[in-house]
Amino acid sequence: MGIISSGFHGKRQTGNPALPPGQYETGSFPVLTAGPAPHIPAENWEFFITTEAGQRHAWSWDAFMDLPQVEIRTDIHCVTSWSRLGTSWRGVSLDTLFEDVESSCEFATAHSYGGYTTNIPLPDLLDGRAWLAWEFDGEPLERAHGGPARLLVPHLYFWKSAKWINGLELTQGDIPGFWESNGYHIHGDPWREERYS
Amino acid sequence: MSPLWRIADVVSGVPETETSRTIGLRVEGLMGNLAGQHVDIRLTADDGYSAVRSYSVATAGMDEIIGITVDELANGEVSPYLVRDLAVGDQLEIRGPVGGWFVWRPTDTNPVQLIAGGSGIVPLMSMIRAHEASENTAQFRLLYSLKSPEAGFYREELLTLSRESPKLTVDYVYTRKAPSDWQTAPKRLTADVLLASILPADPTPDTYICGQTVFVETVAEWLVQAGYPAASIKTERFGGTGGTR
Ligand SMILES: Cc1cc2nc3c(=O)[nH]c(=O)nc-3n(C[C@H](O)[C@H](O)[C@H](O)COP(=O)(O)OP(=O)(O)OC[C@H]3O[C@@H](n4cnc5c(N)ncnc54)[C@H](O)[C@@H]3O)c2cc1C
Repeated sequence: MGIISSGFHGKRQTGNPALPPGQYETGSFPVLTAGPAPHIPAENWEFFITTEAGQRHAWSWDAFMDLPQVEIRTDIHCVTSWSRLGTSWRGVSLDTLFEDVESSCEFATAHSYGGYTTNIPLPDLLDGRAWLAWEFDGEPLERAHGGPARLLVPHLYFWKSAKWINGLELTQGDIPGFWESNGYHIHGDPWREERYS
Repeated sequence: MSPLWRIADVVSGVPETETSRTIGLRVEGLMGNLAGQHVDIRLTADDGYSAVRSYSVATAGMDEIIGITVDELANGEVSPYLVRDLAVGDQLEIRGPVGGWFVWRPTDTNPVQLIAGGSGIVPLMSMIRAHEASENTAQFRLLYSLKSPEAGFYREELLTLSRESPKLTVDYVYTRKAPSDWQTAPKRLTADVLLASILPADPTPDTYICGQTVFVETVAEWLVQAGYPAASIKTERFGGTGGTR
C-alpha cells in the first residue's frame, strides 16, 4: 500500500469488476488525438496489409463494405483513465481481412492517414479480438473518432485502436509506434496497467 | 523518465485563484522535466483505495522540485483534495514526468504559438518559463482564453513578462466577464477572434493547444481550416468529458 493521504476518501467508482485497475467509467466518448483530425472521404479511403514478401493486399471502401460485417459489443479503455462499458460498433473482423494473407511475421505496425502509427503483436489482432470499425452506436463513425474507419482492439488501451486507419504493415520485430516512442508501453494491456514504458 | 511510483514531499502550496493552487513537490533524484510533460499523482485512502490523475508540470527547472497547478472540479474526486486538504509536509506518490511529444525544447527554432483554455495554461507556462530561461530567441505568443480575469493563473508573472520580455506576447480572451477597462464585451471565442490574435500561418509557427477537450477540438479545427498545417499543431486535452464546469 502506498502513502496514506489522511482525509482522502475518494469516490470509489472502481468497485465495478468490468473496470481495469485505475480506470473510471464515463458515459461520454472523449476524443483524444495527438493533433487535429484528418479529412478522409470514404471514396478516397483504402486499407492495405503488406507482408514481408512485399505482397500488398488492398481494399477500396466499396470492397471493404462488401466483406462480411459484424456487430461488436465491447468495453473500451483509454490510458488516460476513462473506460466506456458496453459500446456498440459495426465493422469487419481482421480475421476476414487476413484470410488470404500469408506471412510468418509476428507483429504489425498500423499506419493511419495523418501519419500516426502504433505497433500490435499479430496474436492481438486475430482470433476475433480486433476489427476495422466504421459504425458506432448505429451511426457512421464520426471523423473525430476516426471516421471513416478505425482499428478496434478493445482488449488493449485505446491508443492501439488507430483512428483513420490506412493499413497494416507486417513486421518481424516489435517496432515502437508513435506513443510507444513517446513514453508509452510497447504492449498496452489495461488489466496489467501497461501504461508507460 | 521513470515509470515507477516515487514519493514526493509537498514543499509549498500557493493559491493561484479561488479554486486553484500551485503545489511544489520535491522528488528525490529528479532532474527537472521537459517543458510540457505531465506527472501522475496517486492518492491512497486509509483502507487502501487509491485514485490516480494526471497533472501537467508548470515549472521548468532542472532540480528536484517541480510545481503543478491544480484547478478544483466542484464534484471531483482528487482535485478538491489537492487544492483544499493537502498540506505542506504531506507526502504523496508520483509517477513521471512523462511525455515526449507535447513538449517544447530550447533547441526548437520555430516561432511558437501557445493557445490555452482555462487550466490548459499549465504546460504552456512551463514552456514560457523554459523559453525565458534559455538563450532561445524564437518569438513566443500566448493566447489565453479565460472565463474572467480572476480565473487567470500566474497573473503577476504573465503581466510582468508581457511588459518586459522582448520575446513573448500575451493576448487574453474573456468568455464570461472581462476587466472593466476591456475594449470588447466577454463572449465565446470565435474563429475570427482567434485568428486575429495569433501568429500568422506563414511562416508556420509550432502551435500548442491545451485545455478541456471541446476547447482543444474546436480551436484545432479552426486552425486547420485557416491553413495551419496539421503537422504543426500539437494538442493536449485535460478532460474526457469537456464541459465539466
Ligand atoms: C495530461 C493531462 C494533464 C492535466 N493537467 C492538469 C493540470 O495541470 N491542472 C488541472 O487542474 N488538471 C489537469 N488535468 C486534469 C486532471 O487530470 C483531472 O482530470 C482533474 O483534476 C479532475 O480530477 P478529479 O478527480 O477532481 O475529478 P473527477 O472525480 O475525476 O471527475 C470530475 C468529472 O470529470 C470526469 N472525469 C473524471 N476523470 C476524468 C479525467 N481523467 N479526465 C477527464 N474527465 C474526467 C468525471 O466523469 C466527472 O464528470 C490533466 C489531465 C491530463 C490528461
